[in-house]
Amino acid sequence: MRNLVILRLCGYNKTVSDSMWKGCVAMYQQIAEYFQTSSERWFSMLAGHIGLSAGALLPAIVIAVPAGFLCVRYARLNRPVTALFGTLRIIPSLAVLLLMLPVLGTGALPAMAALVLLAIPPILANTIAGLNGVPDFMLETAVSLGMTQEQVWWKIRFPLALPLIFAGVKTAAVEIIASATLAARIGAGGLGDLIFTGIGLFRTDLLLIGGGSVAVLSLLAGLLFGLLEKMCIRYKTI
Amino acid sequence: MTEYLIKHYDDLAEAALVHLQLVLLAMVCSLVLAAALTVVCSCSGKIAGIVTGLLAMIYSVPSLAMFALLIPLTGLGKTTAVIVLVIYNQYLLLQNFLAGLDSVDKGVTEAAAGMGMTNLQILIKIRLPLAREALAAGIRIALVSTVSIATIAASINAGGLGTILFDGLRTMNIPKIVWGSLASALLVILTDRVTRFISPHRGPA
Repeated sequence: MRNLVILRLCGYNKTVSDSMWKGCVAMYQQIAEYFQTSSERWFSMLAGHIGLSAGALLPAIVIAVPAGFLCVRYARLNRPVTALFGTLRIIPSLAVLLLMLPVLGTGALPAMAALVLLAIPPILANTIAGLNGVPDFMLETAVSLGMTQEQVWWKIRFPLALPLIFAGVKTAAVEIIASATLAARIGAGGLGDLIFTGIGLFRTDLLLIGGGSVAVLSLLAGLLFGLLEKMCIRYKTI
Repeated sequence: MTEYLIKHYDDLAEAALVHLQLVLLAMVCSLVLAAALTVVCSCSGKIAGIVTGLLAMIYSVPSLAMFALLIPLTGLGKTTAVIVLVIYNQYLLLQNFLAGLDSVDKGVTEAAAGMGMTNLQILIKIRLPLAREALAAGIRIALVSTVSIATIAASINAGGLGTILFDGLRTMNIPKIVWGSLASALLVILTDRVTRFISPHRGPA
């Protein structure tokens, strides 16, 4: 009885809750129907999304990690490069994507270029932090053991910086997967198509499927790279 | 290109104002909520762990999806946009607030407790002033990211600079797209620079 009074005070109303329940059931049916009728289309959009994200992440790693190495090797480069990419990072992803439009046109290529730009800053920053974060005494020990500079880089600095680099890649991957949703706006495909269609047609089921899929995808990517990061940490003793 | 700017600079300025209004509203709400959450989380480590874990999970949901997912619940428009911005900010703010408050030297807080201060007094008179820089840094990061994400809020009709972007895209009006993107980029960079200038931050950025 007391619970009922509290529920009433909270605005609980049987008919309202009934209609909400019916709405949920209807929503579930709609989603189930979508997967029955157009699961192929969903899979192709998912594949497009993953392809777009991977296609942006790889070039970003290939650019950012060597750039980070150069920034640490030649300390003079550090400030201008990090300032440049720091500024690039805070620019809204939508603006970066749309600025590519007049230059590269529509499609997957401009989207990928924009996503690469978005993914570079976190990887670069973490590479620099990781390489610089190796304690001096370790480098000195390595040198005094008779390692050449090259060996110090490959056997000491990079392995010790790897967990942080992977943390950067994780941030970048999550950011790319999220921003790739917006890439649908410039005709790059992916799960963003579903969300924009859902907004356009006011179809809640499409919104739930699209948003949910992207959310799960970015969570999975975060978990995957988190695992890789943990695997690299075994090198780290301090 | 410049013709658009000369003709429609008032549109850009108006959109920027709406944008800032949205950001301001979201920031005020998120600061209040984050302050409350910080007090709750600083009571027990367990609650802090659960709350930050949950917020980290929410933070990894892409903003467009988040905006879209809330449409069925709160409809199109500003309310939904502000709710999403506030939710995103909680992660950034809470993380920085908790780290800042934790970074205060234990000796100082123990001395304060030894002088007979209550927990609340320690929080307000000792830990808050000493953690000022970290708190300001958290607020700055949250503000910049809010200005940035608010662009996407235009996709659910919340107004702001994103409206110009989406309008330009719909009609394939290249000058509109370019100036809209440049304006939103400029607004974020300006926010970043101005807040960096006024925040109590010493040493290199």
